[in-house]
Amino acid sequence: MNMNLAIYRRRRIFNRAIMLLSWFAAVSGIFVLTLILGTLLYKGFGGLSWKVFSETTPPPGSDGGLLNAIYGSVVMTVLGTVIGTPIGMLAGTYMAEYGRGSKLTLLVRFINDILLSAPSIVVGLFVYEIMVVGMKHFSAWAGGVSLAFLVLPVVVRTTEDMLLLVPDSMREASAALGSPRWIVIMKVAYRAARAGMITGVLLAVARITGETAPLLFTALNNQFMSTNMNAPMANLPVVIFQFALSPYVDWQKLAWTGALLITITVLALNIGARALTSSRSKQS
Amino acid sequence: MNEQSPTAGISMHKPQLAPRNDSEINKQALTEKVSVKDVCFYYGEHKALKNISLPIYERKVTALIGPSGCGKSTLLRIFNRMYDLYPRQRAEGQILFDGSNILDPKRDLNLLRARIGMVFQKPTPFPMSIYDNIAFGIRLYERLPKSEMDDRVESALKRAALWDEVKSKLNQSGLGLSGGQQQRLCIARTIAVRPEVVLLDEPTSALDPIATAKVEELIYQLKNDYTIAIVTHNMQQAARVADYTAFMYLGELVEFGETRQVFTKPTKSRTEDYITGRFG
Repeated sequence: MNMNLAIYRRRRIFNRAIMLLSWFAAVSGIFVLTLILGTLLYKGFGGLSWKVFSETTPPPGSDGGLLNAIYGSVVMTVLGTVIGTPIGMLAGTYMAEYGRGSKLTLLVRFINDILLSAPSIVVGLFVYEIMVVGMKHFSAWAGGVSLAFLVLPVVVRTTEDMLLLVPDSMREASAALGSPRWIVIMKVAYRAARAGMITGVLLAVARITGETAPLLFTALNNQFMSTNMNAPMANLPVVIFQFALSPYVDWQKLAWTGALLITITVLALNIGARALTSSRSKQS
Repeated sequence: MNEQSPTAGISMHKPQLAPRNDSEINKQALTEKVSVKDVCFYYGEHKALKNISLPIYERKVTALIGPSGCGKSTLLRIFNRMYDLYPRQRAEGQILFDGSNILDPKRDLNLLRARIGMVFQKPTPFPMSIYDNIAFGIRLYERLPKSEMDDRVESALKRAALWDEVKSKLNQSGLGLSGGQQQRLCIARTIAVRPEVVLLDEPTSALDPIATAKVEELIYQLKNDYTIAIVTHNMQQAARVADYTAFMYLGELVEFGETRQVFTKPTKSRTEDYITGRFG
């Protein structure tokens, strides 16, 4: 055998170099992430107490918690999800099951992709224009609607993608038994795509949990506990924004705690989504 | 009881029958369950089937054979209007099923497909339990009390020779079965709705020889109650299971006849070339 060892040696060196670079890139990425999470845990954990969940945001210099902000965030996130999910799922179902390859589907997918990457502040301004200006006041309704606009494209996209992954042979087999179209979709296609579709919703919820800009223009903020959907409502992102920029130390501390709460929520949603997808791939 | 040992039943009754020859029995029993009359099929502009006419006899197995792309699967998928799921596919001509035209545009396809079942090349269990896979089709058209549904599921699985392998795990996912078991599950699912005609589209091409033998045995049993049309690439399979064989080539029906005749004394030279392995 006539091997040129020089070529082989050069390749090995090159391989080592690239591996080292990749390793370095991975480590620096993880390092920065750890730094952020570490700071958050360090600064936020100290502020965690029962008071955070039982008292409302305080005036500067006095004791308080984040109850009104947590309540507002949960209410508006739920509202956004409840509005955005069914519309998104129906749209995605149309695109994957009925209008596959049609002009309408192509158009919707194109616009949906734009909406998916649109800066959330634009969405906030849009809802400000159509709701806040018209109603002449900020409101939790407007906040929920602006979050729904962020849920919508994520759900449309994942629903369509997941349904397209269901093999047509499954639809044919179901139709061949005499199932009407809607049973094929509801009982077979949705069932096969279920885990992926739920994952999409979880990721959408994770996305809106930390959104600030759309709420700033719609729900604004509220110092007090309010359950009135027609009035401004406190929420974690805007409270964090306001408190973190304030000169008061106890406000800053609460901002860290709020940031920690959001991060833990998003982390839990992501882990949940991942667990769902992996259980799905094990099954099939 | 007889279900388990059909041969025993036959041998018991045979002596009481007056002796007559085989072909006479055949002629007496023959009814055209499905009659294909001058059917053409188009994928967009492409004409995939050219003026096909043939009978599918009741309670017989009819095999469609021919080289890849000859249109045999296309023809099979017309019988239950499967092509209707896709745009730009259309059929012309007439297919009479108990006297009424399958190709009638006003025909209710769901009811048609409940009467003409189909098993596909690749096993397609639904992502649900073995029990629900079988019950799925039954629930579409019947409301049964639990005990009756249990019986229907059990008898379908027994007919498909799968019962003994799955009876202890009916609640487990159908996706966990082996390929051969999945295909028998699909056959059980199809016969559970009690169709009149069963279409089999290369049902064993994804299976190993042992699973194939089981499915062939099953087809042989099923023809007592069902009219069967099977597409196969495997000529030995056609010779083993089919009473009638249609040889197709380039979208045309070259020859149709009793299987024994088609395989031993084909009337067309192209049929002879194909079955003797000279092409295809």
